[in-house]
Amino acid sequence: MRKHCWMALMLCSWVVAAHAVVLRDDRQVEVNIAQPPQRIVSLLPSLTETVCALGQCQKLVGLDRYSNWPESLAKLPRVGGGIDPNIESVVALKPDLVLMATSARGAERLQALGLTVLALEPRTHADVQRVMRLVAQALDVSVQDSDRVWRHIDAAVNAAAQSIPAQAKGQRVYFEVSRTPYGASEASFIGETLQRLGMRNILSASMGPFPKLNPEFVVRAQPDLIMVGDSNFADMQARPGWPHMRAMREQRVCHFKPQDSDVLVRAGPRMAEAARLMAQCIANLPKERP
Amino acid sequence: MTCVSCHRVWRLALALLLLCVLGVALGTLVGSTGLESWMRAWQDDVAQQIVWDIRLPRSLGACAAGALLGLAGAVAQGLFRNPLADPYLLGSASGASLGVAVALALFGVNPFATEWLVRMGLTSAAFVGAVLAVMLTLLLARGVQHTLRLLLAGVIVGVVLGALASLVTLMRPDVLLGMQGFLLGSTSFIGWSACSVMWVVYVVALLIALGVSRVLDALTLGEATAHSLGLPLVAVRVVLIAVLAMSTGAAVAQTGLVAFVGLAAPHLVRSAVHTTYRGVVLLSSLMGGALLLAADLLARGLLAPQELPVGVLTAVLGGGYLLWLMYRGQGAGGVR
Repeated sequence: MRKHCWMALMLCSWVVAAHAVVLRDDRQVEVNIAQPPQRIVSLLPSLTETVCALGQCQKLVGLDRYSNWPESLAKLPRVGGGIDPNIESVVALKPDLVLMATSARGAERLQALGLTVLALEPRTHADVQRVMRLVAQALDVSVQDSDRVWRHIDAAVNAAAQSIPAQAKGQRVYFEVSRTPYGASEASFIGETLQRLGMRNILSASMGPFPKLNPEFVVRAQPDLIMVGDSNFADMQARPGWPHMRAMREQRVCHFKPQDSDVLVRAGPRMAEAARLMAQCIANLPKERP
Repeated sequence: MTCVSCHRVWRLALALLLLCVLGVALGTLVGSTGLESWMRAWQDDVAQQIVWDIRLPRSLGACAAGALLGLAGAVAQGLFRNPLADPYLLGSASGASLGVAVALALFGVNPFATEWLVRMGLTSAAFVGAVLAVMLTLLLARGVQHTLRLLLAGVIVGVVLGALASLVTLMRPDVLLGMQGFLLGSTSFIGWSACSVMWVVYVVALLIALGVSRVLDALTLGEATAHSLGLPLVAVRVVLIAVLAMSTGAAVAQTGLVAFVGLAAPHLVRSAVHTTYRGVVLLSSLMGGALLLAADLLARGLLAPQELPVGVLTAVLGGGYLLWLMYRGQGAGGVR
């Protein structure tokens, strides 16, 4: 009987030890996760979405105020945003893992209070896969499962690219991120999606991912197509010189609803949906006049 | 100092101290989880952690940061004989913002820099930035002899470093959010270590400032008079600027750019009592502490479980009260 107990105990400790993982996060900090987390707080929408894409949605107990997908999470308590996480609310939820962006504040404070913090910042398509694997490891989801989810996403992006008619490809796109104006270049996550859809970008990778532009630059570059969120589209006509741009004149503008903009700019598992949204708009545009 | 004002100084100091103690006590009650944490602090580990490791250091820290800013404000106003002088006058605020902006921008660029920055933290980056900015100001003003030159150099350093910080932010728009958080000021990340650093700096700064407060009194009569009294003006100025830089740097590094406390605290004190700089320095720091603590309590309590940025509240509270004083006291007793 005693022998059995011992064996059971050893087996238990082996199972626990089997999970213990040490992960190097995007701050280059080694994070030790001894047991599969059961109570997760996520402070970045794309990380929330990653957890859910891995089928671990039920383990989330608290979110930042910008996480809005999937809708089943709407009832979870909100603990502030990336720059103003409410430390007290996070601690009160007793999480065994906190997922947050490296640019967010409060990571040190949360760690000092004894919480396990994994800081990740997905910025490219490759990052989405890498972060998904890391989160999978942390949550004790097998690499095969996480890679299967990734392949599914990857295939959906390719499908979106194929849905665009051949003659619509190769257009030069200007994707505006904010009205200051900042654009998304080839080096950004959005730029990568455009590239895979067979589009060209008026902003080269050498300008950095989100270059601040002179409005004149866009007019001079004469994009074939403009992509922008609804809120920024409203005043585009009023910008000096812009109404005469060909894309504006011929209404070759994709403007996205706020909830769709969320999908477009988040480097997370919904990137296939983002590609679909862009492809749909491109396919529905008026034909280019010669 | 006549003994009539003596009494009033001690009475006010006692009242403010009491207010601070009361505020800290109240601070352990207010937060996103409300009273519940306090009631269960003796049974539940997490509730205990919330009260002892989050609310208490945060309240004490807010008080210390406010005291540092109030002290720095009183010293700056005395040193420059200018009622508009505030702790950020010598460029420390812009220096701290530049430090934070550079640190945020370097973050994640290369692994070596990232590892180094994680160890050093944004707090140290801000402190180093603030102190370097003051040193740059001293360098540009070629010493501390000329008040006007010092003031101008401070303004120039402030504007230029502020512009550089904006430039860094513009080049790397992904640091924009982090910068915004720093510029608004926040007391929510103060832990025990940050809290104790600020209190140590405060005690040292207060003792030094009280020790040389006689020179500030002499300065109110004009530089020439102060000089003719045989006071070691240059040496004392250097000491006072060091106090100013150190206390502002410590407060800014831990809480970001909290607006208005340093400017308003000395004015509020002077509207209540007429006394020498010894009293003004002591009372201003207590007043600053009480002001920031009150703002912190409101920031946590007004929209609980959400939180407001404390910098917004200090500006509204301090500014509103000062404006009221100004209108009420068009005659005697108002803001001068």
